Amino acid sequence: MTVFNRFVEIGRVVLVTYGPDAGKLAVIVDIVDHSRVLVHGPTTDVKRQSISFKRCTLTDLKLDVPRTIGTVALTKAVEKQELVARWSKTAWAQKIARRDARAATSDFDRFKLMVARKQRRTTVGKAAAKLRKAAAK
Amino acid sequence: MSRLNEYQVVGRRSPTEKEPVPKLFRMRLFAPNEVVAKSRFWYFLKQVNKVKKASGEIVSVNQIFEKKPLAVKNFGIWIRYNSRSGTHNMYKEYRELSRVGAVDTCYQDMAARHRARFTSIQIIKVAEVKAADVRRPYIKQLLDPKLRFPLPHRLSRPASKRFRPVFSGVRPSTF
Repeated sequence: MTVFNRFVEIGRVVLVTYGPDAGKLAVIVDIVDHSRVLVHGPTTDVKRQSISFKRCTLTDLKLDVPRTIGTVALTKAVEKQELVARWSKTAWAQKIARRDARAATSDFDRFKLMVARKQRRTTVGKAAAKLRKAAAK
Repeated sequence: MSRLNEYQVVGRRSPTEKEPVPKLFRMRLFAPNEVVAKSRFWYFLKQVNKVKKASGEIVSVNQIFEKKPLAVKNFGIWIRYNSRSGTHNMYKEYRELSRVGAVDTCYQDMAARHRARFTSIQIIKVAEVKAADVRRPYIKQLLDPKLRFPLPHRLSRPASKRFRPVFSGVRPSTF
């Protein structure tokens, strides 16, 4: 196992973590220098721009695209290589989705959640008590 | 998003009876705004011609925009600058998206490495350099078409200052 698994390279998918495009995915289209990359996310609404490594995180996903690929070809590649589907399957994306879903709950949703958890608690508790009694005999 | 813009400034001596249609002089300069652009125009023109702002007129000032602002290019910049003990020529290379970005980085670089301020630096020429003609090793190492490198030390930055934790229960991971 090599020490480093995520490389800055053409086609690497990057999650923007800071700035107006925070939370969006983009693809590395060209490398500017040791601290910046030219990044583009045509399907995720990230304009082609140079972004510092400080403002993004590398993901495990990589697309097979040539250097300085154009917008149209990049859109096709993103769709063909199913970037969004692959991303949403990752644990990372699911964690983000869960966090955002929790943050978007209303008070009524939290009430419904509490009721549901109480119901689960009673049914599980009853079944556990029955098993305990059976084991104690 | 650099703080400098490129301007084309055209100026000439004020017309007189002896010279009713004076020669036009054109310069491409880098300045933060048009006012500074015009001022630098006179500064440079005075060095080669016998004309000053009072005896001349600016014919036009136009901003020049980068032709391909989304393509990464290698720029070579020829500079003449005043150090504390003399004046020197320099050639520096930068990898940037625009001429204006390269010149901005150059000024910052000169300030950092040589303590040279804006007024002590004269940009002689800014030219895009083809990959084969790049002279500096720190740019050459970025020209590999199959370039790839890891980011060995990652400092994660919260999306806004509001999310910065004051205390943390765990030591950060730089992986």
